[in-house]
Amino acid sequence: MADTHKHEVDAVTGISTTGHEWDGIRELNNPLPRWWLWVFYLTILWSVLYWIAYPAWPLVTSYTYGVLGWKSREAIQTDLADLRAQRAAFGDKLAAASLEEIEQTPELLAFARAQGRAAFGDNCAPCHGAGGAGAKGYPNLNDDDWLWGGSLEQIQQTILHGARSADAEAHVGDMPAFGRDGMLQRPEIVAAADYVRSLSNLAVPAGVTPDLAKGKEVFEANCAACHGADGKGNPELGAPNLTDGIWLFGSDRDSVIASITNGRAGLMPAWSGRLDPTTIKALTVYVHSLGGGK
Amino acid sequence: MRQEISADGPGAPGTREPDDGGKHMSFGEGGLAVVFALLTLACLVVAAKATDGAYAFHAYLSALASLATVFVILNRYTDRPATLPPLEIDGKPNYNFGPVKFCTIAAVFWGIAGFLIGVIIAFQLAFPALNFDLPWTAFGRLRPLHTSAVIFAFGGNVLIGTSFYVVQRTCRARLAGYLAPWFVVLGYNFFIVIAGTGYLLGITQGKEYAEPEWYADLWLTIVWVAYLMVFLATIWRRKEPHIYVANWFYLAFIVTIAMLHLGNNASIPVSVFSPKSYIVWAGVQDAMVQWWYGHNAVGFFLTAGFLAIMYYFIPKRAERPVYSYRLSIIHFWAIIFLYIWAGPHHLHYTALPDWAQTLGMTFSIMLWMPSWGGMINGLMTLSGAWDKLRTDPVLRMMVVSVAFYGMATFEGPLMSVKAVNSLSHYTDWTIGHVHAGALGWVAYISFGAVYCLVPWLWNKRELYSLKLVNWHFWISTIGIVFYISAMWVAGILQGLMWRAYTSLGFLEYSFIETVDAMHPFYIIRAVGGVLFLIGALLMAFNIYMTIREPEAAAADTGVRNPALLPAE
Repeated sequence: MADTHKHEVDAVTGISTTGHEWDGIRELNNPLPRWWLWVFYLTILWSVLYWIAYPAWPLVTSYTYGVLGWKSREAIQTDLADLRAQRAAFGDKLAAASLEEIEQTPELLAFARAQGRAAFGDNCAPCHGAGGAGAKGYPNLNDDDWLWGGSLEQIQQTILHGARSADAEAHVGDMPAFGRDGMLQRPEIVAAADYVRSLSNLAVPAGVTPDLAKGKEVFEANCAACHGADGKGNPELGAPNLTDGIWLFGSDRDSVIASITNGRAGLMPAWSGRLDPTTIKALTVYVHSLGGGK
Repeated sequence: MRQEISADGPGAPGTREPDDGGKHMSFGEGGLAVVFALLTLACLVVAAKATDGAYAFHAYLSALASLATVFVILNRYTDRPATLPPLEIDGKPNYNFGPVKFCTIAAVFWGIAGFLIGVIIAFQLAFPALNFDLPWTAFGRLRPLHTSAVIFAFGGNVLIGTSFYVVQRTCRARLAGYLAPWFVVLGYNFFIVIAGTGYLLGITQGKEYAEPEWYADLWLTIVWVAYLMVFLATIWRRKEPHIYVANWFYLAFIVTIAMLHLGNNASIPVSVFSPKSYIVWAGVQDAMVQWWYGHNAVGFFLTAGFLAIMYYFIPKRAERPVYSYRLSIIHFWAIIFLYIWAGPHHLHYTALPDWAQTLGMTFSIMLWMPSWGGMINGLMTLSGAWDKLRTDPVLRMMVVSVAFYGMATFEGPLMSVKAVNSLSHYTDWTIGHVHAGALGWVAYISFGAVYCLVPWLWNKRELYSLKLVNWHFWISTIGIVFYISAMWVAGILQGLMWRAYTSLGFLEYSFIETVDAMHPFYIIRAVGGVLFLIGALLMAFNIYMTIREPEAAAADTGVRNPALLPAE
């Protein structure tokens, strides 16, 4: 039936149809567009040339290597070597220098800060913030308040081994859970909290009459051992200064009560083994330079 | 399903039960009822012994669906006349459009659901608090829900529905099988429900675009084989001497998807009572099989299948012959031969051997012109009818879809080039590329097909409102432009930031800074998604009103489509 339409010509284009028809749809007998065919041939030619030049076809136990001898493993080694060469001028010096020497050599210091900044962004920023400003429970690294000390050596120690991490040399020192573990009763905790807040002259919430005398008594018996009689803290134990107006876990009355009741134990991971010693050195210098290094 | 097809299959057209006045249950009806009754029991046993709650829920759902199927089969039997529907009435094919109608409605429903989830996860990326810290609303579970809903639920229903329509019209033959087409359509949608609820409850095998676990995969295999048989049997009983090009593409889609599905889901279940399974492929081989599947899901599901739609609906709507028969043959076979090799371009600069990466790249480049063959045939079919673009927004939508197809199939080979890929890979450029194809091509050609189909299927003269189609077109197009351009900028910016080094040889930006830089573009993208969703809602309203319209088309339900009468 279709063949009887063989010579039917489309009136609009003047092109003959193939003579087939399906549900009213016919097909014109146009040839393949020339440009289409030539570009198709070109892509095939380009592919064949590429196969000759690069690794391409699998063989039984090997593959065609290509005349250029390019291998992705070698290419990445070359890239990494280039990068090492770019860093080499200062990188080797940085590896050999002590922290003090880095501090005293301006161009080495600039290099270390550049490396430290890059390493900080991908390793430290998730907790301490992109600018090191910290968050609740994550110390601000821009101020001069250091839980475990702010000298170059102390900062390096903290980065290497962490705090309360699994590392054998990690800083240890826990704020006990005075309430949860039954060491203090609720009224004693509340009094101690009010006393601690008074050390940095925080405003007393409306309707609260703090019993500072009792609070002082509780403080001296339970807190002073770590935080000091004057509440100025002790970096050997990671005990924060309670008088400087910097509050890692919040300064409002409920937060302080919660800290005394349940204790606090922030965790800083150990980076030794995860980052190479030179990177840790660079990080130390960078963090030290953020604003509060001692 | 074999018994089922033989009840009304290619071998037995017209061989009905001898007219002895009695009504007999066909072998297909009886057999299927028994199978589903047994399946109900099996599902109840599995439900009782299931190792976790989500799996038990699926088993109960399957038991319920199986039981309902038994009742529907028996009910349908008691309600039907003694003979099964004839293949022809007065010499004209007695088309079976019920399953097509179901798929059309299902496609609109799943489409809107999928677009909505897409909008939600787009906002989650811009504002992570919208994850709500709940497992069921977390991005990780909603993302596969979005991709599966738009690709498999929306796209799948459009493909099955249009293929059942087109194969009947272009073969002038009634769809093969009495229950089989319904089994395919309902079975497929049940798979969608199992897959989607599984994602939300945390059941996944963790393979992109193939997340459903072994039992859902098995069910889909059965449904898909039934689909292939219905389609083949319908072609077998065709009244036309030749097979129309759209049917080649549909067939390539059905056959290849079956092969990909089996290859990529080869896994061993831990137990019948557990949803968990382990894939048989390991390491880089698994990655290779995954992207052989993933890329050809794009090639044969989202390209070949929707080219079939294009080859029927554009000439039909434009009332013009297809531009070039020769081009359709050449580009069809070139696509079939070349596409299947292109998958490794998803694994550039990975542990995949260099030679495989080269082949993936070069086959992608060679695929450029074969892909464009479809675009040329689609666009040039309009020659002599370009004026219709001014008056017919449905045709305009389909033509723009072909333009997006051309753009995406140029961008694809470009991104497969290793040098380009080293910048674009893992960035949002890829997301933009996918959505140029998904929103611009797949969804637009689908919307066009649905707008054509609804008046044809429900015997209406035209759509309720062409003006609304026009609004749909413009709102969605602006949405797509927002989406794609935001992702281009975001992706290239991201790629450049990742590779930026300082003069001292250190990375310029930390990862979190690159995430932060994406924020404004993620918002623009989400707004684009909202516009696209609004367009789809307009379509749903338009279709609802069209179906409700009391005015029926002229009684002409035969060969010519009433909707093709010139519009005002």
